Amino acid sequence: MSKSKSINKELSVAAIKEGTVIDHIPADASFKVAAILKLRKDPNMVSIATNLNSKSLGKKGIVKVSNKNLTEEEVNKIAVVAPNATVNIIKDYKVKEKIKVNLQKVIENVIRCSNPVCITNHESISTIFNVEKENPLQVRCHYCERVMGKEDIKLIG
Amino acid sequence: MNFKNHDIISIYDFSKEDILYILKTAKKMEKRSNPSLLKNNIMATLFFEPSTRTRLSFIAAMEQLGGKVTGFANSKITSIKKGETLWDTAKMVEQYADLIVIRHHLEGSARLAAEASSKPVINGGDGSNQHPTQTLLDLYTIQKSKDTLNNLHVGILGDLKYGRTVHSLAIALSHFNPIFYFISPDALKMPRNYITELREKGIRIYETPNLLSVSKKLDILYVTRIQQERFPDPLEYEKYKGVYRLDSSLTKYVKKDLKIMHPLPRIDEIDKSLDNTPHALYFEQAANGIPVRKALISLVLGKIR
Repeated sequence: MSKSKSINKELSVAAIKEGTVIDHIPADASFKVAAILKLRKDPNMVSIATNLNSKSLGKKGIVKVSNKNLTEEEVNKIAVVAPNATVNIIKDYKVKEKIKVNLQKVIENVIRCSNPVCITNHESISTIFNVEKENPLQVRCHYCERVMGKEDIKLIG
Repeated sequence: MNFKNHDIISIYDFSKEDILYILKTAKKMEKRSNPSLLKNNIMATLFFEPSTRTRLSFIAAMEQLGGKVTGFANSKITSIKKGETLWDTAKMVEQYADLIVIRHHLEGSARLAAEASSKPVINGGDGSNQHPTQTLLDLYTIQKSKDTLNNLHVGILGDLKYGRTVHSLAIALSHFNPIFYFISPDALKMPRNYITELREKGIRIYETPNLLSVSKKLDILYVTRIQQERFPDPLEYEKYKGVYRLDSSLTKYVKKDLKIMHPLPRIDEIDKSLDNTPHALYFEQAANGIPVRKALISLVLGKIR
């Protein structure tokens, strides 16, 4: 089966006419992606799928949002939990554009600092983390300078 | 090099050249008195946490250069008690002063204050995170007593887990190719992220709970207090307080020119019997706070270059 046919088949599970499909999310990260994109409060139709069969990942997740084209900035925020995700912008049931997720050097207001005495956990300010290593992910809090690995990373919201 | 309007928040913000420049300036400040250099300048000291040396030496440095000081050493008598945010406090104080020195128990507080304030901010200690002026005066003290910062065998002893001074000192010294001996009980070892960071820079590190196993190699022994206030569990503190007690008997097991440093206050980790030996450097170290802080204040106010 060709790659494009495989995508069509997956998309046809609940194909959307217009909007964004985020594919190749690690199986345990679909809800995290939805949380980062604040989809819980989104008025559009949102589908969150997890533990789908995937050739490359074994199991994977997919998130679909109708009538909404995610911006590159929004897309890049999900790199913290889904570094290999692909984002398909859909127009009239067809993939109009594919965006590869890109981990930014500075991550703003996505991660909560795990240090209970960090100022960001006591004043209402945006968190800022600098990415020190990508694989495995290691970030440093701009404020308290605490270094956090993937296992310590908790999301805001 | 121009430090005008720069904040002094973290030792990570300084290159090797920055550090050497500040130390050079401190040396000049120590040699020459400048009683009216900071005339008409006001420094605000916002001390949310107790401090003796840091606050007093900042005030003395400012006053010896002709500047004025305002501020508080007890946040309970301020509007912070009413729930004022640090952001708002810093925004307000920048209207009253040319420079802000802050000590706060929350980590990252000085960075936040610096972002709120258009006037330069100096971090006087933010929780267990950073205390850059202490680090710079430690470096100044080492350089002054050893005539160099390069290639020294440096032992750091005590609470290496929670002690902010030792973290910053290790990072700052890593510019100068040291060999480190980290001496602590197992439970108070240097956090792994610092070890990794230092090793990635090619620094040699030995870790041991036993001072005497390495004491003969040391040029500098930096002793720290086991800090009760940083322990999440008081029982844990009881286990480790008093674990190291250095006294004059140590002199038999060290090099003749070993210098012992301590950021003070000490509890019982250095006995008074060491005070009058040629090894004791800790009171001179405390005195060095003045020229180093004079240099930093004058540099960020743009009064010297």
